[in-house]
Amino acid sequence: MVSTDQPVDSLSETFAALADPTRRAILSRLAAGETSVTELAEPFDMSLPAVCKHLRVLERAGLIERSRRRQFRPRRLNAAPLKHAAAWLEDYRRFWEESFERLDDYLQELQSGAGDGGAEGDGQGGPKMKKGAKP
Amino acid sequence: MTQGSPSGLAVSTPSELEIVMTRAFAAPRALVFEAITKPEHIRRWLGRRGDVMTICDVDLRVGGKWRYVWTLREGGEMGMSGEFLQIVVPELLVTTEAFDEPYFEVMGAGTINTLRLEEREGRTFLTTTARYKSRQARDAALGTDMETGAAESYDRLAELLKTLA
Repeated sequence: MVSTDQPVDSLSETFAALADPTRRAILSRLAAGETSVTELAEPFDMSLPAVCKHLRVLERAGLIERSRRRQFRPRRLNAAPLKHAAAWLEDYRRFWEESFERLDDYLQELQSGAGDGGAEGDGQGGPKMKKGAKP
Repeated sequence: MTQGSPSGLAVSTPSELEIVMTRAFAAPRALVFEAITKPEHIRRWLGRRGDVMTICDVDLRVGGKWRYVWTLREGGEMGMSGEFLQIVVPELLVTTEAFDEPYFEVMGAGTINTLRLEEREGRTFLTTTARYKSRQARDAALGTDMETGAAESYDRLAELLKTLA
């Protein structure tokens, strides 16, 4: 699975931050480029403080940052945690998919070698099988 | 809600604390049970292609411990271990499981895994239920990939990532 330099709990913060539709919308908007808080709040039917609350959640999760370059400190997207979260999800599934595919192949090989010290035999020396049978 | 995949792995979330994975194998139940409980077999399949299992200790009795460690194909190690809580050959295994380094803090407490093997028409259906200590832990482990609204947000995440590429 993924070897990570990120603190272990930051992934849960990423997922928690992504769980809200407003926050996902904010991220999508920021994917197009730096945006001021006022502009970010415009499409939503909610108060500025409410939008700021969502921004703080995203900031804590490391998904957005404040630009240092301009007076109004527009927010910008930081994609690294998103990519990390996506990689983890992919790894979780792949680990089990690949393991079970290998088990599937292995069981076939055990059965084709049945009667010659297969899994139900004496357990000595292991089953006969060819290595790397699967491409 | 259940999501399948081309390789036949189905993942679902029947309760707020559980993740269930189901996979069918064209082999009798007794053989599958052996393959998932004997180290000489486990070493042959558990892990991705290219991961190398360096430790595979299994003390298959109630109260007995198990431990797996891999050298991962991308480098680094991954280890997990636990204890057998219940064993009914060849149909049921209940174990605890915890990663050496949990991916999420909330996962640190680990899971209780129940493996059921059912044989139908010559095939064995292996159902693994991982039960988390809290819903928060399950959701963290599940991410957003494998259930209802979740698959959707994963799609959205994927789209978002595309726009960033």
